[in-house]
Amino acid sequence: MNANVEAILYLIAAIAFIIGLKRLGSPRTARRGNMISGAGMALAVVVTLVAADRVSWAVLTAGAIVGSLIGAVLALRVKMTAMPQMVAAFNGFGGLASALVVGAEFLKTEGRLVPIEVILTMILSVFIGAVTFTGSMVAYAKLQGLLSGSPITYAGQKIANALLFAGILGFAVWAQATQQSLPFLVVGLISLGLGVLVVIPIGGADMPVVIALLNSLSGMAAAATGFVIDNSALVIAGALVGASGIILSLLMCEAMNRSIANVLFGAFGATAGQPSAPGGGDVHTTTPDDLAIALTYASRVVMVPGYGLAVAQAQHALREVATILERRGVEVRYGIHPVAGRMPGHMNVLLAEADVPYEYLLDLDQTNALLPRTDVVLVLGANDVVNPAARDDPGSQIYGMPILEVDRARTVVVVKRSLSPGFAGIDNPLFYMDGTLMLFADAKKALTDIVAALDLV
Amino acid sequence: MPAPVIIGIVVFVLASFVGFELIAKVPPTLHTPLMSGSNAVSGITIVGAIVATGIENDTLAAVFAFVAVAAAMINVVGGYLVTDRMLGMFRRPKREESE
Repeated sequence: MNANVEAILYLIAAIAFIIGLKRLGSPRTARRGNMISGAGMALAVVVTLVAADRVSWAVLTAGAIVGSLIGAVLALRVKMTAMPQMVAAFNGFGGLASALVVGAEFLKTEGRLVPIEVILTMILSVFIGAVTFTGSMVAYAKLQGLLSGSPITYAGQKIANALLFAGILGFAVWAQATQQSLPFLVVGLISLGLGVLVVIPIGGADMPVVIALLNSLSGMAAAATGFVIDNSALVIAGALVGASGIILSLLMCEAMNRSIANVLFGAFGATAGQPSAPGGGDVHTTTPDDLAIALTYASRVVMVPGYGLAVAQAQHALREVATILERRGVEVRYGIHPVAGRMPGHMNVLLAEADVPYEYLLDLDQTNALLPRTDVVLVLGANDVVNPAARDDPGSQIYGMPILEVDRARTVVVVKRSLSPGFAGIDNPLFYMDGTLMLFADAKKALTDIVAALDLV
Repeated sequence: MPAPVIIGIVVFVLASFVGFELIAKVPPTLHTPLMSGSNAVSGITIVGAIVATGIENDTLAAVFAFVAVAAAMINVVGGYLVTDRMLGMFRRPKREESE
């Protein structure tokens, strides 16, 4: 194939990826966009097969069959609650593929002199790809519960990581100067180790940021590989993914009022182990029967789900309550904090799976605009994201974090097993406010009881 | 003509800006499909993996190429399928329900 034709066809593939992203701007157009993006990928593969000087069909077919089968089985069987760890694993495979492609390219060039910019992009590509691979595997293990979600820390951790990074730079200079495979291999190996070591001190609650960052890195790895093999489709696609991951990381950090540096190096949650004693004040409790009456006579109800709801698999029971209320003319909306799930947008997918229409899923600003005009807010399995201390108490550990201001609604009902604080170990003054009613129960049990009580109202 | 690496940097920087503009417009509701869709797009490394299978007389390179093809295909096939599955769950309000 003519090299110019080839380049134009890769450009068309890249445009398909861009259209796919653009169509993700609305749930109405998103699915079609995903198909267009997939068609772009198919085009890129066909162009490569036709244009490549030589392809080993045996290696290619074997790899493609194994990879396609694993990918299809994972994609079709994964539970929506397990989506974060699957995306983490996929980030890792992307990094692995990039590092190995460049490793193979390096083997090909051995013994021949390569321009300095090519060897530098090779080293960079192997470094990013390897760190992405092992870092993602650790994130996967933490999210899957194979590794403890609490930060793993030890004395001199940061210094050790800094030394390893310095080691990578040293071997990179050596690899660059001599173009031997030994230092090149060592760069890859240290990078693999560094990927593990930088992710283990990060707590489970910070994983949304970490997955988004690794997502970005997997894109950067693809882009770096594009530099090595001089292919603009990889550079463009990698840049798009890199940008996406960075935006999502920043959004997650903003939603937690933390800096990226604090997430990566702060080992948050390692020392906040001792919960403060539940603060003073009376707690008002309610029952499913009373709540059913309050909900029925409300004109607007906002549900605020937290990850506890998903863990209890209570999304469907929640949807059932909402359906009954909607039939009785109550407007039901869902207020979703950006860190409600275990990855960006996770809670939205979990509710969409339970058949909640996407137009009823409100973001932070939309929800806060609606809350002063809301009769009943039902807080289910959420805690820190509705803590008014983040807004009112400058001494609070989470002061400044954007919250869903549920205390602005007429009545707040918090469904919770006990008064225990959330992951950050911070007491929640919301529980002791006059307009707050506590329903001490497991989320699923409470919702099932509410459904039964609604039948009698 | 500037060196290919410079042209690459130009393309990379411009594509990053396009990415920032587009992704800033993706609503929070679709952030999870955005991430799984990104997984699929970063499977573009399959292009490099296909080329790598063509390296001759080097067993280690062949092993690398095999694993690279498999890993990239997991991303491509798994990424697009799971994104499609998720996007299929997003629906508009049904009118009959609000009666």
